Amino acid sequence: METIQIILLIIFFVASIVGYLVINNVPSLLHTPLMSGMNALSGVTILGALLATAVGVKQMPILSYILGSIAIISAMINVVGGFGITDRMLHIIAKRGGKHGK
Amino acid sequence: MANNFLWLISPPFPSWIYCLICTILVIGVLVGIALMSNVKHAITGNRISAICLLIGIIITFVYHRMLPVWLLYIDIAIGSVIGVWFAVRVKMIQVPQFVALLNGLGGLSSAIVGIFSLYKMGADGSVFSSVAAIVAIIIGSVTFTGSIIAALKLQKVISGKRTILKGHNIYLIACMVAMVLSIVLVFLPSIANNTVLLVISLISASLFGLLFSIRVGGADMPITISLLNSCSGVAAGVAGLATGEVLLVGIGALVGASGLLLTQIMCKAMNRKLCAILLGKGKKNSSDKNVHIDNENDRNHTDENAKKDPINIIKSAKSVIIVPGYGMAIAQAQHLVKELAEWLKDNKATVKYAIHPVAGRMPGHMNVLLCEANVEYEDLYEMKDVNKEFVNTDLTIVVGANDVINSAAKHIEGTPIYGMPILNVDECQNVIIFNYDTKAGYAGVDNPIYSKTDGVYLVLGDAKATIKDILDKLKK
Repeated sequence: METIQIILLIIFFVASIVGYLVINNVPSLLHTPLMSGMNALSGVTILGALLATAVGVKQMPILSYILGSIAIISAMINVVGGFGITDRMLHIIAKRGGKHGK
Repeated sequence: MANNFLWLISPPFPSWIYCLICTILVIGVLVGIALMSNVKHAITGNRISAICLLIGIIITFVYHRMLPVWLLYIDIAIGSVIGVWFAVRVKMIQVPQFVALLNGLGGLSSAIVGIFSLYKMGADGSVFSSVAAIVAIIIGSVTFTGSIIAALKLQKVISGKRTILKGHNIYLIACMVAMVLSIVLVFLPSIANNTVLLVISLISASLFGLLFSIRVGGADMPITISLLNSCSGVAAGVAGLATGEVLLVGIGALVGASGLLLTQIMCKAMNRKLCAILLGKGKKNSSDKNVHIDNENDRNHTDENAKKDPINIIKSAKSVIIVPGYGMAIAQAQHLVKELAEWLKDNKATVKYAIHPVAGRMPGHMNVLLCEANVEYEDLYEMKDVNKEFVNTDLTIVVGANDVINSAAKHIEGTPIYGMPILNVDECQNVIIFNYDTKAGYAGVDNPIYSKTDGVYLVLGDAKATIKDILDKLKK
């Protein structure tokens, strides 16, 4: 295994542990927005899709572009739709809190 | 960072800068998630995460010299437009199925990245990246089919009930064996080439997601979505291992782990064991029939109850707890419920909303729906805070809730919801229930409260119409 692969594995595990620790005492009010926000974040796979498609189209242009387009469009809907709906939800919640200066 | 790509002349800046930026972005996302656990900072948190992802996309374009590949922009534009359209158009009540759908798309994308990596596009083709690619294909496909089935069930395109095939477990185990086999075969390139690996992993994982998701029914759906959400994070992380992208690995793993923790929080709220849901256990149907028969006998009583007039009780109540359920949201009655609460407050009664952790179709879903109807969130009480107060409260008003007040969860062993903590509505001296009918709720268990005669008033019909009727009478 190369150094870079070991580094990647370390990042994977450290991020897992940190991710496990960061969620604490979330009020149930925020469970739904938190879930949809994290769902949007899992669309980070867009980066992989972009890179893979960019490489792929140089080798097998048509097939790669079709497959890559599905990946990029899906991931992009995931990201944009996810962050958008989360923002909308949080605004609805915040609007309520604002009145009481909370 | 190793440069695996022959077509790539040289990155525009040293790899350590790229790694540094990625690290900062991962920390940014971490801060974003942390901020999202706090009502005050949640909007900022969400935006920080979004901006980090945007910077991540730009950095990827610049670092890998992909800016001239203009075809990519078309896809990004199409995806963004559809995403925005969804984000604006989706109703709050549809959020659970929307999240499930998005989740499936994320999984699909990760699986495709895995396929590219397997064929050495965007990856170096080492054993390490091939294994990661296969794992990404597997987790991504499971997430995709599982989430789509979940979304279809929630949208009621297909039946929300548990579907169990003959020999369900055998099929699931067979799929799992095939998935493990495809990973093992990576190490034996002489036996199977990439295409064989791809076909085995893709088919077995897709089937697994399908079989897994159709077996989950009713009340366990929120947990399944949360679990699949965690899976799509892991899929992205593993896809990152395959393509060697720091950002993907970092954020993917982060989402995977925090998603898993959120799943556990939900399990705790529902008193369910994650393993039991995974294995499809916990639902013995043996005593269901008995409960059902008992209720049939008592239906006559409930009809009599329905005729009684609850107006006087509402007028004389000084402390009221409102229990909203998914039915209220379907009937779009939240604004009328709020109006009823206002009337009660004007009548010098204290009003509290009791929110069950899984009211709605997702934990916290009900809170969002009520906030949308301008209910102050200071009035919303979590189950553990309000449950002791039912005994000393004059009146409980239930609107479209069923499973979360079903005392079968306490007394009748073997029902699907047995052991789930419920709101102690049955302890309150006066209960008015606005429900469409007396049929069983989403979990499919009849509710003994409907056959109670003392102090339980049933107002059947569309909640919007019935509450309006009550309000008109009160205001006279």
